Amino acid sequence: MTYAYSKIKESRVTQSGEILFEDVSKTFESEAVSAVDGVSLQVAAGDLVVFLGPSGSGKTTLLKMVNRLYEPTSGKIWIGDEDIQSLSINDLRRQIGYVIQQVGLFPHMTVKKNISVVPRLLDWEKDQIQSRVAMLLDLTGLPDTYLERYPNQLSGGEQQRVGLARALAADPDILLMDEPFAALDAINRERLQKELLRLHCKLDKIILFVTHDVEEALLLADKIAVLRDGKLIQYDTPIDLVTKPKNAFVEELVGTNNILRRLSLVSIESIIKAKGRLLDKPITMDQAMVEIPTIHSDADLRSALSLLLSSGSDYLRVEDSFGTDQGLISMEDLREMLSSNQLIEKKKCDEISD
Amino acid sequence: MRYLINNLDLVGELFLQHLQLTLIVLFFALIIGIPLGVVLARVKWLQGPIMGILGIIYTIPSLSFFVLLIPVFGLGTTPAIVALTAYAQLLLVRNWLVGLTSIDPAVLEAARGMGMSSWQRFWQVEFPLALPMLLVGVRLVVLSSIGIGTIAAFINAGGLGVLLFEGVITANYNKIFSGAVAVTVLSLTANYGIRTFERRAERSIHGAQVNH
Ligand SMILES: Nc1ncnc2c1ncn2[C@@H]1O[C@H](COP(=O)(O)OP(=O)(O)OP(=O)(O)O)[C@@H](O)[C@H]1O
Ligand SMILES: [Mg+2]
Repeated sequence: MTYAYSKIKESRVTQSGEILFEDVSKTFESEAVSAVDGVSLQVAAGDLVVFLGPSGSGKTTLLKMVNRLYEPTSGKIWIGDEDIQSLSINDLRRQIGYVIQQVGLFPHMTVKKNISVVPRLLDWEKDQIQSRVAMLLDLTGLPDTYLERYPNQLSGGEQQRVGLARALAADPDILLMDEPFAALDAINRERLQKELLRLHCKLDKIILFVTHDVEEALLLADKIAVLRDGKLIQYDTPIDLVTKPKNAFVEELVGTNNILRRLSLVSIESIIKAKGRLLDKPITMDQAMVEIPTIHSDADLRSALSLLLSSGSDYLRVEDSFGTDQGLISMEDLREMLSSNQLIEKKKCDEISD
Repeated sequence: MRYLINNLDLVGELFLQHLQLTLIVLFFALIIGIPLGVVLARVKWLQGPIMGILGIIYTIPSLSFFVLLIPVFGLGTTPAIVALTAYAQLLLVRNWLVGLTSIDPAVLEAARGMGMSSWQRFWQVEFPLALPMLLVGVRLVVLSSIGIGTIAAFINAGGLGVLLFEGVITANYNKIFSGAVAVTVLSLTANYGIRTFERRAERSIHGAQVNH
């Protein structure tokens, strides 16, 4: 699943909504080494791609070249079949949502004014803006009593929700997010991560998301681009990254040996797929004493493990999304999956559909 | 007091002259100072030299500055306006520049990232956010122009300084007193008026919550 540069170039699909980085490099004037060094990367329409890497690895620099806050020293970036250099810079930026860690809300504007900045730049009609703002407030989980509030009257988490609403205002196809949740407390961060996933499943936008938090990357990403010293080290799905790290650096970064992390990425469906058919009844006798808990087939193996341990049962009953009984799984099945190489990734969108 | 009441017409006329001089100075000071501040906020290396020059100008004693300008501009209000505008630059640009450069860089980056042109960024973001500091500069310019403006009477620029100078020459203490009262009233009123604007601008930045 890696892309040789030449291969991208030949097979460049001029599909709309794709982003293609073509051998992109950036060297800042004052710096000796490149901040981004020959990165080639294809982002499929609708994907949430995380740029992951240690501090100074070039994540922000790579991201900011997409909305041309930085210009590449060499290489090209394509959105659909357009070279972004050929577009007017402000038109380009108005079509790309941008969310940063420090939020950067306009302190002299109300929530409503903040959210409607880009629609106003685009000369939308007044009532169109009005209804769009109301819809975004709802989408980002803010009460509409907040419309006339100023940013300093909101908590950090609420401010970032407004930041997100502002970025989504003109319904851009692409959203750039630079460590948007890094400054939040753990509870708010988790909540906003979940909501971002929900939004992403619902909205079908490309999201490029910068983080150096591995858990966050594994939770959110369709694909992860691991960067180091400005170079793209590996570009894969979370599960491939964890089970097939390209080198020791990736192995250590994503915690390949972390069993719980591994389990948390794999769907129970993997077991069904691997075994063909699950047990109908418990084999052991004493199981009759304990009630067997039920788990959804889209759940991940980590939740299964946790349920096994906490319930004291030797088995879990698996149900699919229609509530149909799929049979039983046991601890032994989980153990087998750790060494399996036919893993099915937990579906991100199903889990949060409620 | 008696002098003031008997000569209300004259004092009133000089008062208006003084106010007019101050407003003209403020007008030119803003026309020059606002763009200058914007340039300095963007071209950082110019800040040192330009602020240095404005600082030196500010240290020239006012009487000698007026007199120095007479060969170029003659007597009257012109050299007074030129000198006061030159003094005003330090007060205005310094505060305006502080206002511009203390805007949260994240706010400016967001504005850029959202696709505001530099013109839109200036009018929709930078100007309103730096306005309170601009108004501080305006207040200092107005107050210093009212004060130093009294000396401009010496070179025939008129204004309330006339009462002071004539009073000194003729040893008419009532006249001096009237002049001083009028200057004080002008200063206090201007100070109060501009402070009100400052507060309003401040409030529009920070929302209703913040009270000063
Ligand atoms: N405006 C700039 N001028 C000069 N050098 C820069 C600039 N921005 C970034 N760099 C340098 O480029 C390299 C990559 O920086 P970048 O900000 O992209 O890293 P990052 O992966 O986002 O790091 P972090 O996780 O700390 O945000 C660093 O060595 C940094 O010092
Ligand atoms: Mg960064």
